[in-house]
Amino acid sequence: MTGTWVMIAMLALATAGMKLAGPLSLGARPLSARALTVVELLASALLAALVVVETFGEGRSLTLDARALGVAFATVALTRRAPMAVIVVGAAAVTALARLL
Amino acid sequence: MTLVPNQVASPRERRRAGIRRGVPFGIAVFAIAVSFGILARPVMGSVAPIVMSVVVFSGSAQFGALAVLNAGGSTAAAIAAGVLLNARYLAMGLALAPSLRGRALSRSAFAMTTVDASWASASNGDGTFDAWYMVGVSIPQYVGWVLGTIVGVLIGPALANPNALGLDALFPAFFLVLLFEEARGQRRLAAAGGGAGIALALTPVVPAGLPILAAAVAAVVASRMRP
Repeated sequence: MTGTWVMIAMLALATAGMKLAGPLSLGARPLSARALTVVELLASALLAALVVVETFGEGRSLTLDARALGVAFATVALTRRAPMAVIVVGAAAVTALARLL
Repeated sequence: MTLVPNQVASPRERRRAGIRRGVPFGIAVFAIAVSFGILARPVMGSVAPIVMSVVVFSGSAQFGALAVLNAGGSTAAAIAAGVLLNARYLAMGLALAPSLRGRALSRSAFAMTTVDASWASASNGDGTFDAWYMVGVSIPQYVGWVLGTIVGVLIGPALANPNALGLDALFPAFFLVLLFEEARGQRRLAAAGGGAGIALALTPVVPAGLPILAAAVAAVVASRMRP
């Protein structure tokens, strides 16, 4: 349980630090253009990794189960510009239905 | 896209316009936060998820850290995943900085209200931002995020088996929504494709959490591409 609180404190401090660094001009030298590009690309790389691991990961192995159908629904709903709540709740509903059948 | 020009409207009017713009975001955020509360309670207990939403206030970092813990990853890996997912705030803060006036304390207060949808909504399109408008857009999202987490923690135990309801599919669906908004343009798509490939390849090989962190390598490689 201590680990949970450490995690929460660290994430709160790190998030605040990253939000404030620019406006308070912390750090003597500004980030290089190259470093800024990496920062901008990090979210895409990690989010894509989370999508595939949370869809196909089962501990240390990869599986194809009902979650993939839910994510397929989410992909179609996204391209149809459905609202966020519909996409996310729909993905869960499709996955639940697939498990019932 | 600011609806009220900052030169004309008072801070109060701009903040109000922002709140109106933020209400639909707040409703979506509420639904996401309910699922966060439901999924986080078995892993973190009842109080910690709510405290986390109050002090971290970041869907991607909170879900990312929870996903790592849920898969059996270490606390350190969960922290690292959350920090890397939020590294974009560094870039957003640098863009915002010239638009903030006043003392350090007031600049900090404005900067702390930065979240993705508010930051994007408050952009005037010419490199400047309407800070009061951004504060307004963030208010309904903060309320929705904290209230939703509380509701999720409270209703979670009533759900006998969350997986029968497909709640485990909420994680990837949520990240997919964020990815669609984020991965625009060739370099970001390359980073996303590379990150997914690295994570899939490493999942059978290394402990939980590390495949997500290793995906950061794709961002470094993609940064060498021409924009």
